[in-house]
Amino acid sequence: MKTLVWVEHDNQSLKDATLAAVTAAAKLGEVHLLVAGKGVDGVAAEAAKIEGVGKVHVADDAAYEHALAENVAPLIVALMDSHDAVLFPATTTGKNIAPRVAAGLDVMQISDILSVEGPDTFTRPIYAGNAIATVQTSDKKLVITVRGTAFAKAATSGGSGTVEAVSAAGDKGLSTFAGAEIAESTRPELTSAKVIVSGGRALQNSENFHTIIEPLADKLGAAVGASRAAVDAGYVPNDYQVGQTGKIVAPEVYIAVGISGAIQHLAGMKDSKTIIAINKDEDAPIFQVADIGLVGDLFKIVPELTGKL
Amino acid sequence: MKLLVPVKRVLDYNVKPRVKPDGTGVDLANVKMSMNPFDEIAIEEAVRLKEKGVATEVVVVTIGVAKAETDVLLTARAMGADRAILIQTDDEVEPLGVAKLLAKVAEEEQPGLIILGKQAIDDDSNQTGQMLAALLGWAQGTFASKVELAGERVKVTREVDGGLETVDLKLPAIVTTDLRLNEPRYATLPNIMKAKTKPVAKKTVADYGVDVSPRLKMLKVVEPGKRQAGIKVGSVDELVEKLKALGVAK
Ligand SMILES: Cc1cc2nc3c(=O)[nH]c(=O)nc-3n(C[C@H](O)[C@H](O)[C@H](O)COP(=O)(O)OP(=O)(O)OC[C@H]3O[C@@H](n4cnc5c(N)ncnc54)[C@H](O)[C@@H]3O)c2cc1C
Repeated sequence: MKTLVWVEHDNQSLKDATLAAVTAAAKLGEVHLLVAGKGVDGVAAEAAKIEGVGKVHVADDAAYEHALAENVAPLIVALMDSHDAVLFPATTTGKNIAPRVAAGLDVMQISDILSVEGPDTFTRPIYAGNAIATVQTSDKKLVITVRGTAFAKAATSGGSGTVEAVSAAGDKGLSTFAGAEIAESTRPELTSAKVIVSGGRALQNSENFHTIIEPLADKLGAAVGASRAAVDAGYVPNDYQVGQTGKIVAPEVYIAVGISGAIQHLAGMKDSKTIIAINKDEDAPIFQVADIGLVGDLFKIVPELTGKL
Repeated sequence: MKLLVPVKRVLDYNVKPRVKPDGTGVDLANVKMSMNPFDEIAIEEAVRLKEKGVATEVVVVTIGVAKAETDVLLTARAMGADRAILIQTDDEVEPLGVAKLLAKVAEEEQPGLIILGKQAIDDDSNQTGQMLAALLGWAQGTFASKVELAGERVKVTREVDGGLETVDLKLPAIVTTDLRLNEPRYATLPNIMKAKTKPVAKKTVADYGVDVSPRLKMLKVVEPGKRQAGIKVGSVDELVEKLKALGVAK
C-alpha cells in the first residue's frame, strides 16, 4: 500500500505531530509525505530525513501558506490518484482538512486511530474514550487521522527521501487567512511535554495561575494545561485545554491541581503514565484515576511544594 | 439570510457511557438522550444572528430516530429555531451519509450559512461540517469561537492548537462551533410549550435519493483499560519524595 502523510509545519520547521502519523503509515505500507506551504524548502529537507520515508511531495505556493482546507484538499484529492491512504496527525489542522479530502474522494474517514489492526481495520476511541471501537472499512482509499499519543514518534534522522515538486492546484477563492494570535511560550508544548501541571476552576483567576501553577511548572520544566472550566472563565487561553474536545496528552507525569476529573477532562489525560491529583475534596473523581493523591487546599499545598523542590 | 442548523441526538453528556457486555456498542436503552452540546451552541449562534436582524429564519434539521423530534427538535425550536426537519431513520448514518443528506437539504433550503457542532460527543468523529463544505464546494470555518457576518462574507475566529486564527470566508459558508462561541440559553417551559406549534416537516432518507449505506463495519466495542486508584500521601514532603522517585524532581 502506498501512503501519503500530511506534514504539519509552520513553513519554517516540521512539527512533531507528523512523526506519530509516519509511524502509523509505516504499518500500512510505503510512506510518502506531502509538504504543502510557502517557502518550505527547509521543511521538505527535514521531512526527507525522517526514517523510512520514500518520496516527499512538495507543493510550494502562496495558496498553501496557511493550510486553508479549501485550497489544500483538492491538491490532496489529486495526489490520491497515485496513493491508497492519506494520514493526518489529529491536530486542529489535520482535523480541518481530512474530512474535506474524504468527501472529495467519497470515502468515510476514520478519525483519531489508536492502532492499526490490519490494512483495513483500526481501533479508535468513541464516547470520550469511554469505549474503544474496532472498525473495518470497505472503502478503496483510506483517509485517516492519527492520535499522536498512541504511536511512537518516527526518528527524525536516517531517512533519505527524494524530494519532488508537485504542481499547485491554485487558490480556490473561497477563503483567506486574516490573522492569528499564536501564543509564544518558553515552556514545552503540551502535546509533547514529559511533565504537565494543569489547573482547574479552583484557581479562581488568571493571577493565581501565574503565581501558583506556573512556578511549579517551571520548577519541573513542565508544560501548563487547564480544564475547560478554567479556559471558559478566561484564566488561561484556549490552547491550554486538555480533554475530549481539547488536547490529548500522555506525559510521564500529569499533575491535576483543583480539577474535579469530569469524564471530558479524563478523556484527554488518562493515558498519562503517572497521574498526581491535588484536590480539597477527597471524593473528587480525579482520585479514582490518580496514582498519587494529596487531599488539601491547593493555595497552601502548591506553594509549599514549589518551595521544597 | 436563512440559517440552517443540523443537530444530533446523543447520549446526554452527564451520563457515563456503558459498553454492552456483548461488545456490540454502548448501551443506549433507557438512558437520557439529549442534543449534542456543540449543536446547542450552533442554535444559540443562529438565534442570536436572527435577534440581531442579520438572519431572517433559523431552520433546524436532524437525521435520526422518531424520538429525536421530542428529544432535540423541540428543544431547538424552544431555543428559537423557526421550523424543523426530521429525516427519520432507525439506521446509524455515518458522517459521510449525513453530509450527503444535508447537502440535499441545503440545495432545497438555500441557506446563507450552515452552523454545525464541531463534533458529536458520541462518535467523536469531527467530520460532518467539513464533508458538507466539500460536497457543496463552500468555504469552512471550523472550531469557531467568534463569527462576524459582514455583507457577502463571514469572518470566523478559530480555536487552533497554537491559539486563535481568523479566516475570512465567502458566503454561503459552513461554520462549526467550539465551546467558547457562546453560552446557550435554556429552553424554558413556556418556550417549550410555544415551540410545539412551530412546524416539523417529516421526511425519510429515501426522499432525498442519496446512498447512505455505511462504509465502516463496527467489529467490536470494548471498554478501555481501567486505571486503578493509587495511593494518597499525607503531606507535601511525601509528595516531594514521590516526585523524586519518579525522576521529575531532584
Ligand atoms: C461538550 C463538552 C465538552 C467538554 N470538553 C471538555 C474538555 O475538553 N476538557 C475539560 O477539562 N472539560 C471539558 N468539559 C467540561 C467538563 O464537563 C467539566 O465541566 C470541567 O472539566 C470541569 O472543570 P474543573 O475540574 O476545573 O472544575 P470543577 O468541576 O468545578 O472542579 C473544581 C475542583 O477543584 C476543587 N477545589 C476547589 N477549591 C480548591 C482548593 N482551594 N484546593 C484544592 N482543590 C479545590 C474542587 O473540589 C473540585 O473538585 C466539556 C463539557 C462538555 C459538555
